[in-house]
Amino acid sequence: MHPYQIYISGVGGQGIIKTSVIMGEAAMKKNLPVVVGEIHGMSQRGGEVSTQMKIGTSHSPLIEESNADLILAFEPLEALRGVNMVNKDTHVVMNTAPIYPFNISQSEHSYPDSSTILNELQSHAKKVITMDADEMAKKAGHILSMNMVMLGGAVAVTGFPLDKESIIKSMYDNLPERSIPINLKAFEEGFKFCMENL
Amino acid sequence: MNIKEILTGQEQDKLFLLGNEAAVRGALESGVSVATTYPGTPSSEIGNVLSVLAQDAGMYFEFSINEKVALEVAAAAAASGLRSFTFMKHVGVNVASDSLMSVAYTSVQGGMVILTADDPSMFSSQNEQDNRHYARLANIPLLEASSPQEVKDLMKYAYELSEEFQLPVILRTTTRVSHMRGVVELGPLAESKNKGHFEKDPHRFVPVPVTARIMHKNLVDKMDKIGVLSNNSSLNPIYNNNGNIGIVTSGSAFNYVMDVVEENDLPVNILKVTFSYPFPEKRVYEFLENVERVLVVEEVDPIMEKEIMAVVGKHQLKKTVHGKLDGTLPMIYEYNPDIIIQGLGKMMGVEIAAIKAAKTSFELPKRPPTLCPGCPHRAAYFEVKKAAENLKLNDLIFPTDIGCYTLGIESPYEVADYLLSMGSSIGTSCGFSKATDQTVVSFIGDSTFFHAGIPPLINAVHNKNKFVLVILDNRTTAMTGGQPHPGLPVDGMGLEAPELSIPDIVRASGVEFVEIINPLNVHKSSEIFEKALQFDKVAVVISQYPCMLIKTREEKGKNIILDVQDDKCTKCNTCIMELACPAIYTRDDGKIRIDPLMCRRCNVCVQTCPEKAIRAKRIDKAGEEG
Ligand code: SF4
Ligand code: SF4
Repeated sequence: MHPYQIYISGVGGQGIIKTSVIMGEAAMKKNLPVVVGEIHGMSQRGGEVSTQMKIGTSHSPLIEESNADLILAFEPLEALRGVNMVNKDTHVVMNTAPIYPFNISQSEHSYPDSSTILNELQSHAKKVITMDADEMAKKAGHILSMNMVMLGGAVAVTGFPLDKESIIKSMYDNLPERSIPINLKAFEEGFKFCMENL
Repeated sequence: MNIKEILTGQEQDKLFLLGNEAAVRGALESGVSVATTYPGTPSSEIGNVLSVLAQDAGMYFEFSINEKVALEVAAAAAASGLRSFTFMKHVGVNVASDSLMSVAYTSVQGGMVILTADDPSMFSSQNEQDNRHYARLANIPLLEASSPQEVKDLMKYAYELSEEFQLPVILRTTTRVSHMRGVVELGPLAESKNKGHFEKDPHRFVPVPVTARIMHKNLVDKMDKIGVLSNNSSLNPIYNNNGNIGIVTSGSAFNYVMDVVEENDLPVNILKVTFSYPFPEKRVYEFLENVERVLVVEEVDPIMEKEIMAVVGKHQLKKTVHGKLDGTLPMIYEYNPDIIIQGLGKMMGVEIAAIKAAKTSFELPKRPPTLCPGCPHRAAYFEVKKAAENLKLNDLIFPTDIGCYTLGIESPYEVADYLLSMGSSIGTSCGFSKATDQTVVSFIGDSTFFHAGIPPLINAVHNKNKFVLVILDNRTTAMTGGQPHPGLPVDGMGLEAPELSIPDIVRASGVEFVEIINPLNVHKSSEIFEKALQFDKVAVVISQYPCMLIKTREEKGKNIILDVQDDKCTKCNTCIMELACPAIYTRDDGKIRIDPLMCRRCNVCVQTCPEKAIRAKRIDKAGEEG
């Protein structure tokens, strides 16, 4: 099986690693081969975070350039940073809520405006689905459920190799029990939004 | 997954594990009795998991004061017949190396494994040294893992090998293996022995010249025998795909090679080297027989490449060896599949994959890590600089050390001028204070002070140096995720432990000026820094306030927000340009605002604002959500 390749990017503290663990364990329980590459370290202090995942036969989790099937971007600038992974068949699901680098006022390069980011991505990808996942998470009950909004969005994408039920089961295995209701709500919101906007 | 499943998981269960977690399972399946470390990325999660599981597993685990002690505790346990495991980041092995060289001579009784987590491309390190050299330096066996499953399986094999030959064995991972998550099929757990017994044998355990000469001979003899093993080991498999091109590879690079070769159906033969020292020369020789040209794919140094050239030279083979030395592959940094595609394409004279990657038409701003909002280090930096400014000192050198506070290198703090290694802040301060007339203020964290700061401090006092040492005591090893150290009342297994006092240690080292500050008290702290800067011997200021990551967990009083009063704020930008707390930002309309979600309510900005425009304000619960 040619692996399905997912690039997840964002900023430290957004729950990116948790999201990829939920996906990965769901794949494992379906007996699909799966590998994830994570970078730990300075991430907790506002740096960028990304994970790369391949579901299907492969040895390394690292995605070759222009080979991602799905970019799941928790932050717009970090979506754009992954543009080298994108090809004409790639789906991008992007949270539109920006997090400005702390030093942006002194930075040599400015934060691109939202239309520029969207245009750049659209010119290379098959489809870019944007949603204000922060807002949707707050509505679901807590900003920290934003990663589950994104996860819901990913599951809705055509070609995503795991079904909704197995992802939900994996959420139960990996999230604190008391956070489940809010996280499920957030997940469903993201799923529904993406389904309608595919 | 619950972390406890690493211990409770049954044979044949499958878990989705990080390479580091797989190492823990490997230790449990090997019946390890004693495990030690000093935390360091990319090896940290091994210790974090063990600190949770060790007690239930009936194993002893400690966060040692430094890697040398960690290795020594493990060596003594192994000398007493127990299986021991010590693990550290690559540069940690430098600290441990003095004893490592000797334990190769003295040999072990119970199995001993030393895991080194190397960091190609330096995701969180000061260098990318290739610790495969250590196996050669100490002359002990080395295994290299490519995946979490392999990490676990190699742990078990390493203990068997170690016990059979009574030598410590090094297991090398790299960041991409330590932090790779994959499916791991579990094996059975092994019982670990509770206590060992040390059988005295000075001829074996005390290397003095007469005994060491014999020990070295024994070591060389053993390694000859182990060389036969590595040459015939199933850990060094050959994947034949016809064709006259061969690739020799190891570790994480093996994964990239396999992906590229399989995906593009390339007619290339592959030799994977897992048992990589003693180098399997004979196996390489056999592999070379069927190929004309060979590409060596390894991270970081061209070690195998030179070994293979030696094989080619020794047997006068007509084979070409490609790799780092001829520029087919990059000399430094980690590899990835795209680098392999390029290198292999170059060597084969074909373009393997033609797609050109998309690029943005403009440069993107970077997102450098920074001190957390409310981090006590930020306040201390601000105060030191204020104190120096008040005293009109403008030629300062800031030797620094390893921890979150190294982020003081960033503008606007710029309080990191010189760094070599753990503890070097104090040793180099001694040098700067002798070599120059500049004012020296150096920074070291609490955990780093225990690790390697005490001997240089004693050196400083005894040799009559003059400098200010700031010990940034945030009550944890923050950078690696918050592990305990000897200054805390808890040990590596979460049990109560004697808490050592940093001020007492400093005083006992002969320092006459010792002051403790709360860095969140800006004015008082600045005054103390002024006094310290005027002291003409070593002056130590201990800046005590817990890391915000701990603080946040304990936090109460969430119904306070920090608020900028627009009528008082003159946009002097002190808070943005000098304090630079990431929670403070300039809104599009030019007004300065504080992000209530990021702000940790440390109150430092309130004290540093010259216009007194920032205040803490009580709000009701509902207001906070909005
Ligand atoms: S983790 Fe702690 S020590 Fe490190 S930057 Fe954040 S508050 Fe400071
Ligand atoms: S109180 Fe001020 S300095 Fe402290 S975290 Fe909040 S904004 Fe930053």
